[in-house]
Amino acid sequence: MAMLEVKNLGISFGGLRAVDEFNIQIEEGQLYGLIGPNGAGKTTIFNLLTGVYKPTDGSIHLDGNDITRKRTIDINRAGVARTFQNIRLFKELTVAENVKVGLHNHLHYNTFEGIFRLPKYYKIEKQMTKEALELLKVFELDADMDTLAENLPYGKQRKLEIARALATKPKLLLLDEPAAGMNPNETIELMKTIQFVREHFKMTILLIEHDMKLVSGICEELTVLNFGKVLAQGKTTDVLNNPEVIKAYLGE
Amino acid sequence: MKKFKLSKTLKSSLLTYGLVIFAYVLMQILISGGHVSSLMQGLLVPLCVYAILAVSLNLTVGILGELSLGHAGFMCVGAFASAFFSKCVQDSIENSFIRFTLAIMIGALAAGAAGIIIGIPVLRLKGDYLAIVTLAFGEIIKNLVNILYVGKDESGFHISFKSSLDLNMSPNGVQIIKGAQGITGTPNDSTFTIGIVLLLITLFIVLNLIHSRDGRAIMAIRDNVIAAESVGINITKYKLMAFSVSAALAGVAGVLYAHNISTLTALPKNFGYNMSILILVFVVLGGIGNIRGSIISAVVLTLLPELLRGLNNYRMLIYAVVLIVMMLFNWAPACIGWREKIFGGLRKKKNTKEAA
Repeated sequence: MAMLEVKNLGISFGGLRAVDEFNIQIEEGQLYGLIGPNGAGKTTIFNLLTGVYKPTDGSIHLDGNDITRKRTIDINRAGVARTFQNIRLFKELTVAENVKVGLHNHLHYNTFEGIFRLPKYYKIEKQMTKEALELLKVFELDADMDTLAENLPYGKQRKLEIARALATKPKLLLLDEPAAGMNPNETIELMKTIQFVREHFKMTILLIEHDMKLVSGICEELTVLNFGKVLAQGKTTDVLNNPEVIKAYLGE
Repeated sequence: MKKFKLSKTLKSSLLTYGLVIFAYVLMQILISGGHVSSLMQGLLVPLCVYAILAVSLNLTVGILGELSLGHAGFMCVGAFASAFFSKCVQDSIENSFIRFTLAIMIGALAAGAAGIIIGIPVLRLKGDYLAIVTLAFGEIIKNLVNILYVGKDESGFHISFKSSLDLNMSPNGVQIIKGAQGITGTPNDSTFTIGIVLLLITLFIVLNLIHSRDGRAIMAIRDNVIAAESVGINITKYKLMAFSVSAALAGVAGVLYAHNISTLTALPKNFGYNMSILILVFVVLGGIGNIRGSIISAVVLTLLPELLRGLNNYRMLIYAVVLIVMMLFNWAPACIGWREKIFGGLRKKKNTKEAA
């Protein structure tokens, strides 16, 4: 059974059919790419998968569980984490605190224990710091743990967003244009990071990307979207050589 | 590394507590030396009231990041609930300490409950809309209290929203809340010491809440709602938590206020729009999200008009200038840089001294 199974997903905004008849199957451990021209509906699909938008039709199953039209927080608890195209960090929190917010639902103490600083507060906070530090080390952010997130350079902000998403211990990671605004060197570094995340955390990843080098370099399978509809789907090399796809990207 | 970081937030909290205790000790010494006028002594409890209000509003405005203009309304709920309680049990509970402790709890609970009831519909709104609606709720609370008549006789409590005659009480019944005339004869249980203790408790709750798991969730919502939701933070729960804690603490300030005066009435001056704005001014000038700053600005801005009383005609002019100067000092980029230079330099010197 596929980890993520999306059937006939569709959404309309008034008269506009933003996504129509979208189907996808992602197996556990796969690195799957979602590409398409601007305005094709890629981010809309991410918003549908994470419950930001509710689909007008179709269904989404994660590991066999129906997560269609669930609340965003419940979908996250079910095991889907994401990053954003325009970085959305908790700017006035430190790097470590950003990751700790991601750990929120995994390490508990209640409000009372927090305010009156009972032993459990110290125990859990210590463990949170430890886990946050472990994650930050993976992304080479451990030296910046006390820096405010807004003061990080752009590339590190992108990495921190991935670290925060991973802190929620997801099964499926959705990356929305992780290479946007990066120079070629940073993009190569990012490719390595993504591959490392995949192996180190045994993560299933769905990624939206414009950068063809990155996509062809790491994705095994692709879905190409155009005007809200699937244009092509399959192995990366086959899809990229598909004349329809070339036409959509480069024009006739 | 971790230890250093913990001690940094702890240091900052301890500095805040220390500041309050220092101010208290200083005042006590001055009072015992006979250097404080009776006018100033009368200001001490209101100072604590304003400081608690400023700290509690900062939790909503600075930490949750939502502009609330109805804070005086919650203070009003706390004040009337507790004054009503104290009036009722004045004869049955002789010990003023126990009575006042219970009154504080009742005031905090009533205001906190009002915070939850108002918060549920209101916190769906954002920014300006939230400000407008909280403003309206603040006024509604004040006006409701103004037409509330409550009396007590052998058959129990009587409530009316029309007039004292509509209470239909037996001849030996006692009116407790008399509409626009409010509550008279509340026991004067508030003292400066109790005020300071309540301020310290408020600080303890707010600072510890901020530096905990819940506080991080609240600040995450402030910084980015969509991202907070995407990592599984329950937005409604934490918004409501911050808002109701903030309201409950405002209620505590109300209790302190109510037990410091003999006649408690809901006037625009004490529980209306002007009061809400005044608290907001404390918060903004003290620095949004800066708890220590809220206390300092509440104290300075409350004392200033009184200290300037001698200059009579120029009083409000100087007050206005001070407001502008404080705003510049706290918010202008050049001033922030200048401040960091001076205080950063001091800190460095201290650090090297400690190392040596």
